[in-house]
Amino acid sequence: MTLELGLVHFQVLAAALFCLGLYGVLARRSVVMILMSVELMLNAVNLNLVAFGAFRGEATVVGQVIVVFVITVAAAEVGLALAIIMRLYRGKGSVNVDDIDLLKG
Amino acid sequence: MSLALFYIAAAVTLVAAVGLITTRNIVYAALFLLVALLGVAGLFILLYAEFLALVQLLIYGGAIVIVILFALMLTRSGEFDAVTEHRRWPVAAVVSVGLFALLVAASVGDSGLYNSQVRTGVEFETLGRTLFELWAIPFEIASVVLLIALVGAVVVGRSVGGDGEPEDGP
Repeated sequence: MTLELGLVHFQVLAAALFCLGLYGVLARRSVVMILMSVELMLNAVNLNLVAFGAFRGEATVVGQVIVVFVITVAAAEVGLALAIIMRLYRGKGSVNVDDIDLLKG
Repeated sequence: MSLALFYIAAAVTLVAAVGLITTRNIVYAALFLLVALLGVAGLFILLYAEFLALVQLLIYGGAIVIVILFALMLTRSGEFDAVTEHRRWPVAAVVSVGLFALLVAASVGDSGLYNSQVRTGVEFETLGRTLFELWAIPFEIASVVLLIALVGAVVVGRSVGGDGEPEDGP
């Protein structure tokens, strides 16, 4: 391991953030909690993209451009997901994933 | 120097992330999410991505977390206390820890290609030119995606019947 700040530091941190978000998605039962954990995972991916772009050696901008798109899609996702959550709450009176089984057949 | 700053930002981010996935109160979870996003913004600054740090502050900190908090306020938040874990949370923990070990092994083991210690920043102008010239069509598609998502959110979230009545759909 190096003593200077290197790419591997950011990689390990992004992996930790991603896995914490994954645990949140898998283990929590509230839909809003799952949504926030997904945001955490998206941020881990963004961090990895920016870090790879910065440590590339030559100037490259593609990583940051992709992060801009990821943030855009994340904003759209949150708006739509919260609308669906409020609709579910009005219709079923619950936001727990265990109670939402409308498509189970 | 930058290593110390990295460890401070990383500690803030990780503590907030752990708080996010362990707290029982969903409003605290939203605030923990805000702290974690600010930590990531600090890490973007460490990587000389100032524009993305600004975007992170404005869109995540200023919009997404606020929207989540408003949604929590508009729904009756009585049941949001005592948010519980799923019954099989140990499986989730094992999967997460296993994936983390895999990713760390891959990151530490394969550092031959990207072993540079030099961080290179990108000028605002370069980012803007790339975004609006080379990536212009994806940019336009992203704007359409945003528009459709917002229209869809309005349609889905619109209250058709009264509060509590069964809804017939639009």
